[in-house]
Amino acid sequence: MELKVKQVNRLDGVREALYFPALYVGFRLTVKHFWRNLFGSRDVVTINYPEEKRHVSARWRGRHRLTRRENGFLSCVACYMCETVCPSKCIHIEAGEHPDLSVEKYPVVFNIDELRCVFCGLCVEACPKDAIRMDTGVISMAYTSRQTFDFTRDLLRDNYDPKAHSNPKYEDYDLPSPSNQQEALPNSQGVPAS
Amino acid sequence: MLLEIIMIPAVLAIIKIMVIILLFAMPLGTVLTLMERKWSAMIQDRVGPNRANIGGFTGHGVLHLAADGLKSMFKEDTMPKGADGFLYLIAPFFGLIAGVATFAIIPLAGPIGNFTFQVTDIEPGLLFIFAITSLSVYGAVLAGTSSNSKFALLGGTRASAQMISYEVFMGLALMGVFMVYGTTRVSGIVDGQNEYWFGNLIPMWGVFTQPLGFVLFFTALIAETKRAPFDAPEGESEIVAGYFLEYSGMRWSAFMLAEYVALVGVASLITTLFFGGYHVPWLHLWENAPQWIVTILQLLKFSIFTVFFCWFQIQLRWTVPKFRFDQTMALGWKKLLPLSLANMIVTAFVILAFG
Ligand code: SF4
Ligand code: SF4
Repeated sequence: MELKVKQVNRLDGVREALYFPALYVGFRLTVKHFWRNLFGSRDVVTINYPEEKRHVSARWRGRHRLTRRENGFLSCVACYMCETVCPSKCIHIEAGEHPDLSVEKYPVVFNIDELRCVFCGLCVEACPKDAIRMDTGVISMAYTSRQTFDFTRDLLRDNYDPKAHSNPKYEDYDLPSPSNQQEALPNSQGVPAS
Repeated sequence: MLLEIIMIPAVLAIIKIMVIILLFAMPLGTVLTLMERKWSAMIQDRVGPNRANIGGFTGHGVLHLAADGLKSMFKEDTMPKGADGFLYLIAPFFGLIAGVATFAIIPLAGPIGNFTFQVTDIEPGLLFIFAITSLSVYGAVLAGTSSNSKFALLGGTRASAQMISYEVFMGLALMGVFMVYGTTRVSGIVDGQNEYWFGNLIPMWGVFTQPLGFVLFFTALIAETKRAPFDAPEGESEIVAGYFLEYSGMRWSAFMLAEYVALVGVASLITTLFFGGYHVPWLHLWENAPQWIVTILQLLKFSIFTVFFCWFQIQLRWTVPKFRFDQTMALGWKKLLPLSLANMIVTAFVILAFG
């Protein structure tokens, strides 16, 4: 069998050999960009990341949050659906008895190891109570120790005041961060106040 | 008393060397290391370095110069196992010395009485430049061979082949200039460019008398500095960083600085030889202009042209793709060498017929 060889059609001739026409075209382009950006960075498309954040789609699967009922308690009923479906086995739930008998159960412990999570979103789909969502818009998590990625219930808890933000999905800068874990725990709203 | 000491030729020469190197060549070269990054960012619609700061003050990235300097000073100076210690340690400074030595014969402004703005106006003039640029080959070759690294060796080999071949017609390209102005002395060439054609219409700049020579010489000089499009010796896509691959810290910075000092050297050589040097065109029409204004104008004209050609070289680097090594060689030997010979012969005949 004969090998098929693709002939590349190379440009040649005097025009190419002279280099100058090609140089001129290239220079026109680069100098144009240079001058446009020298005065006012008009073409620059860079997002200066930590200061400027990119718009995140509402469907982006970011860090989890646990939603709350209207009276402030967690919506989660500790049904273990999410823990069961999770492909990376990174959700750990321990159920406790809820004082409100119509609710029956609530998670005493609800940990997600965000380092093992593959952000597949199956937990969100599995939840019967819309208690877990991934719409915080937190797209990057970077900490200095592995333990800090093990988000506890109270860190995952949806903590923003809807009245203070026009669009809480994207402006949740006051979500508790692992550094103030100690302060976050005593004020837990996972169980109803007595 | 002080003035007498200063006017001793040797002392004066040292002072001039200091001033030209420390106030002109080095600062411009250093600033260009940042400007290359900034300008290339503008060309590519990026922001460029802008993070180094002191308490929130970034100065649009100017502090990166200080950050770079500090970093390379405190970085470990590594030497690969099996490297040839002595050669490895001195190699970076060959290029730097060669780059700096170029400025010895470049006049920054016209003479005032006996005082010249030039370290030395030696008789061989530009032949000195050829001698010096061939010295800078040693930097690359020694670094390549002494590093005990195959990539560095490849880079060194490429560098030596490229620089030696381009040196051949770098000299030939300048023959036309020597013929037109009848001297190899730099001051003679610069003064020759202060004459005019058609009354006072067009200054007799080298670029007008020797357009082809200008293109050839510029190309050869860019190849000598090993910058794009002739950066096959560095070839970061194939041989990582070529001959200075193994260096770190201050020695690596010496290579980097040498590249930029050479870039400034190229720019000032081009200005001197092809764009009238320090002569401001049509300034002679202003009769009895005060000497100090003339000198300032000359310094300004020289600096502006030099900076422009620095910018031009950087723009060139970010515009044209790199030549493959065989293309570099083919361009040099098959196209530019015959062209420079032809240029020389045609110039000779034209001078014979009309001169
Ligand atoms: S997103 Fe996927 S991997 Fe992460 S916790 Fe939910 S189910 Fe598990
Ligand atoms: S988050 Fe939803 S699925 Fe998971 S245990 Fe709670 S209620 Fe069940």
